[in-house]
Amino acid sequence: MSNLNSLAHFWPELILTVTVLTAIIADLFYRREESYKVAWWLLGGLALTLFSIRISSSLISSLFMGTIAIDPFSQFFKVLILISTALVILMSFNSKELKDYRVGEYYSILAIMAFGLFLMASAIDILMVYIAIEIVSIMSFFLAGYLKKKPESNEASLKYVIYGAFSSGIMLYGLSILFGLTGTTKFFEMQSAIASLSSDASLALIIATVFILVGFGYKISAVPFHFWTPDVYEGSPTTITAYLSVAPKAAGFAMIIRFFNQVFGDGNAFSSESWLALNGIPWPQLLGILAAATMTVGNLVAIQQNSVKRMLAYSSIAHAGYMMMALPLMSQSGIYAIMIYLTMYLFMNLGAFYVVIYVQGKFGGENFENFNGLGWKMPFVGVVMTLFMVALTGLPPTAGFIGKFYIFAAVIEAGSQYYWLAFVGVINSVISLYYYIRVVKHMYLFGERSESISMPSSKLVTVVLLVLAIPTFIFGWYFGPVANWINESLVIFNGI
Amino acid sequence: MNHLLSWIIWLPILGMVAIAFVPRDKSEVIKKIAAVFSGLQLVLATYLWSIFDASNGTFQFMERAEWIPSFNITYILGVDGLSLPMVFLMALIGFIGVFVSWNIDKAIKGYFSLFLLLNTGVMGVFLSLDFFLFYIFWEVMLLPMYFLIGMWGGPQREYAAIKFFIYTLFGSVLMLIAILALYFTCGNTFDMLVLIETAPTALNGMLWWGMSAIKVIWVLLFIGFAIKVPVFPFHTWLPLAHVEAPTAISVILAGVLLKLGVYGILRVNYNMLPDGVFWFAGALAVLGLINVIWGAMCALAQTDLKKLVAYSSVNHMGYTLIGMAAVIAASEMNGENLISAQAGLGGAVFQMFNHGTISAMLFILVGVIYDRAHHRDIEGFGGLASQMPIYTAFVAIAFFAGLGLPGFSGFISEAMIFIGAFPVFKTVVIISTLGILLNAAYFLWAFQRMFFGPANEKYNDIPEINKRELFTVIPLAVITLILGVYPRPFLDLIAATLNVLIESVVSYGGLAAAM
Repeated sequence: MSNLNSLAHFWPELILTVTVLTAIIADLFYRREESYKVAWWLLGGLALTLFSIRISSSLISSLFMGTIAIDPFSQFFKVLILISTALVILMSFNSKELKDYRVGEYYSILAIMAFGLFLMASAIDILMVYIAIEIVSIMSFFLAGYLKKKPESNEASLKYVIYGAFSSGIMLYGLSILFGLTGTTKFFEMQSAIASLSSDASLALIIATVFILVGFGYKISAVPFHFWTPDVYEGSPTTITAYLSVAPKAAGFAMIIRFFNQVFGDGNAFSSESWLALNGIPWPQLLGILAAATMTVGNLVAIQQNSVKRMLAYSSIAHAGYMMMALPLMSQSGIYAIMIYLTMYLFMNLGAFYVVIYVQGKFGGENFENFNGLGWKMPFVGVVMTLFMVALTGLPPTAGFIGKFYIFAAVIEAGSQYYWLAFVGVINSVISLYYYIRVVKHMYLFGERSESISMPSSKLVTVVLLVLAIPTFIFGWYFGPVANWINESLVIFNGI
Repeated sequence: MNHLLSWIIWLPILGMVAIAFVPRDKSEVIKKIAAVFSGLQLVLATYLWSIFDASNGTFQFMERAEWIPSFNITYILGVDGLSLPMVFLMALIGFIGVFVSWNIDKAIKGYFSLFLLLNTGVMGVFLSLDFFLFYIFWEVMLLPMYFLIGMWGGPQREYAAIKFFIYTLFGSVLMLIAILALYFTCGNTFDMLVLIETAPTALNGMLWWGMSAIKVIWVLLFIGFAIKVPVFPFHTWLPLAHVEAPTAISVILAGVLLKLGVYGILRVNYNMLPDGVFWFAGALAVLGLINVIWGAMCALAQTDLKKLVAYSSVNHMGYTLIGMAAVIAASEMNGENLISAQAGLGGAVFQMFNHGTISAMLFILVGVIYDRAHHRDIEGFGGLASQMPIYTAFVAIAFFAGLGLPGFSGFISEAMIFIGAFPVFKTVVIISTLGILLNAAYFLWAFQRMFFGPANEKYNDIPEINKRELFTVIPLAVITLILGVYPRPFLDLIAATLNVLIESVVSYGGLAAAM
């Protein structure tokens, strides 16, 4: 579709852009202490964007000369991104860390990042891939370092910049090799070019793929490209940590799925045989080992943390590992499982981080000790946090179990050569129980039972906690609608 | 009454909701709500028993509802002769458990909410016939159990609770893999009724990494269930959890939760992987033997009365395993000895029920003395018979029932197990009768040390067992005595179902050689 015609199908992004611009301009008119009101503009804009996504046609096409895809798959991820952005904005209202700063830009940058994530989820051209990743990365650098008076936050930002620049450089190199081999930047054209490549190009192809994997692996914080994660997650404002652990990860997975299926697959869901296009290296096993390493490292290091925030940072690496288990399968149900997992993970992980934000604000710290007796002092927060921890462990009847269930089901469906991966996965869930339940232990088993119990003083906190907790619980035993929605979003992989 | 099984499962949840609306300082009201709801559940379970058609070996009172059609997940409930005694046992122990917990003084609201949630989880496992549902209920039990041990338990409660949690979760995730493997190899269904039909043949000849798929799935499931039983060497969580848990929770744990493992093996492994039964029966008998001897030896060495009782559970569950292994007696190569198989398997199920009542009684009685003396050291008492005569009488009943004295139900089931297993596992049976001897030794020795000999002055005015406690013990004692002299009603109840089970196991006996 030509550029001009494309605009007619680009409403969500256009609305988002206008929202961001309005927010930036509106911010100019607010005094410093009122600048949080920008968030309301943004929330309105996000709601409009969500609305425009929901009413837009289910047309499957490419926009802007074949650089951006418009399809239910990207719409699914856009909805996830919008929900998480809106929730993080709501969560930021009560953040004590942000109290000392003018927050107008903070909210605007968050929305720009959402825009970048939109592009990530729908890019089908390697140039667009790169631009989208850069938009997201640069906004993340800003946000990670937003607490400029706090050294850790500066450190986080700097580390993020260095790692980000390095990995996107490597990725760019890989993309350029790929361009050299195929002579095109578009996914679908690449696919047919690769199919007709002569065999002496296979080394170059392998190198290109590995380099591109570095970039993607960095985005979803897969081992061994995860080293930035803990420090960045710990130093950033907790709201941003929550956002980074959910939204860019979702978009990153969308990008990986799309890239591998559409460049190396035949556009339909990959079957494991399609990996043969990259002969010489057992890709599925390699990706499987990466997944196993990611969850194991994430879990084993998470056990040793004393800060709940840092524990959650490592645990988010582990969760990326669980989702990666479904990547080497490249089956329809594998993609499906990743999408279910991301949906479930969004609520439970944001929820866990929100409680950390709350505890940070109320008890002045984010270590396990700060959670002592929380369940007695504030039963509501305690129960909700227990729910999030149980869900992150993956126990029924919570959303986390459904996510894991679909992942394991996809792995086992793929055949007995992947059973070892399922085995590593379930053992890791057992390991993760140890540190998640430690939070519960501190909340209930430690600390005195107090006679005075209290609810969160702010209504907003209660409401946001409920908004996060109710889906975490309900999706644990009734996820039919979510499953159907994802099924519809997957039509592009059913063969168009 | 429609949806009888659903009512039995969900009543405790309704009770939990009711408790949620009671202010937390109204502890009497909370206890009464818990008692009323578990009482109602017991009434329903008894009613279920009375209208259950014992001559029919298939599932009855089936309920079926759409749940998640996109993954073929259905809400299916049903009861047969195998699950009915367990449902009744849970309802009974759950009701009694409320009164055993009457003296809990810390966070009563939380305690009874979790207690009722645990009840629902256990009931759900016994009644669900959809594997997904089964698994959900199986895991729902874990969290309440963690809290009940971890918050209301003894000095080492945190460690005991997390050990229990991690151990059982480890077992259940292996089970999850097995469930999914069954799902994908046997026609994309979680419906246990369908799986029972298809699984025995669908897996034939399938190889995974050179191993028979049947064996792999069998072992995964077995580990999951064996941890609950607990089978040696997976039993180490049990003494710890028992000792640290509050009395009522020990009662539920020993009385019902351990049965979940055996129930699972019979329901899933036996029904769906009959070939594996033949492959594993020998190992099962030997594991049972180890449980019997190891449990008895450990019990002999204990000075803590509760630990002694805990190890006696390990010992008693060993007999069930031996009885279960006897099922292969009915196969062609073992001479189609149907009577042996019936006696062995029937004995195993009967032993499950008996251990439920006897160990519950034992733990309640341990709780009674602990509440008064605040310790459970066997050596710390002496001559209690003169100080607490009524209590002594009940301990005598429980101990004698525990050691398998004729006239008590435990004797019948153990005798049945030995009779059934003898033709196929002669050595195992001969050695395990030694276990009976050890059994008698540790119970009688403990009895002698605690109740006879010079009276410990310290406990001269120790209060006698009170009415509430008697109320919790008497029903169990009566059941033990009645079934000890007249086991017929129980055995008739389970016979038809077990015959179906034996038949389905044996009809695949010929395939075992080909494996």
